[in-house]
Amino acid sequence: MAIEVRIPTILRTYTDGAKQVEGTGSTLGELFTDLEQRHGGLQDRLVDGGALRRFVNVYLNDEDVRFLDGLATPVKDGDKVTVLPAVAGG
Amino acid sequence: MLTIPRELHDKIVTHARQDHPDEACGVLAGPAGSDRPERFIAMTNAERSPTFYRFDSTEQFRVWNDMEDQDEEPVVIYHSHTATEAYPSRTDISYASEPQAHYVLVSTREPDTAEFRSYRIIDGAVTEEPVAVVE
Repeated sequence: MAIEVRIPTILRTYTDGAKQVEGTGSTLGELFTDLEQRHGGLQDRLVDGGALRRFVNVYLNDEDVRFLDGLATPVKDGDKVTVLPAVAGG
Repeated sequence: MLTIPRELHDKIVTHARQDHPDEACGVLAGPAGSDRPERFIAMTNAERSPTFYRFDSTEQFRVWNDMEDQDEEPVVIYHSHTATEAYPSRTDISYASEPQAHYVLVSTREPDTAEFRSYRIIDGAVTEEPVAVVE
């Protein structure tokens, strides 16, 4: 078992078009580092200076991880992580 | 080109007027790959600002999951400008993240008329497109 990560359309260039990839780690940050091994460049789209990028939403199962512990949020096998770019503008 | 039913066009304009002077925002969902907007979804502007909008993240998650469950995608992503023209700003362009969507801008800067314009925003490039409102 691993952690399922759903990837939005604009980030699928890093996953060869896959809308879902798998990874491991005990925190969200570790999971992203793990994904980076197989999908180079993806981590930089999600993380900036050790924190989650402002206009990227990440959900652990049903919750926005900003309401949990951000990149320090614990994750485990069987969890489902979803990445959605924020919809914003001015 | 954006082809949009009159009813959905009017709902967007009404929403923009209602939220003025804050920016209004939302989505028109349609069957995936069809390029047909069918379902109007007004979204909460979590910024509640006259110059910025952002979909509430939890609401966005719910709406995006619903669309996926129904085999839909966001065909139109709309928001309003309350004091400037209905043209994408630099932030609009840098945050545009749905390449298949039509980005609709409504300007509510004039009290009696609303400008309604549509754009494709792909890889940072903005292209205006004609809007066909169908009765």
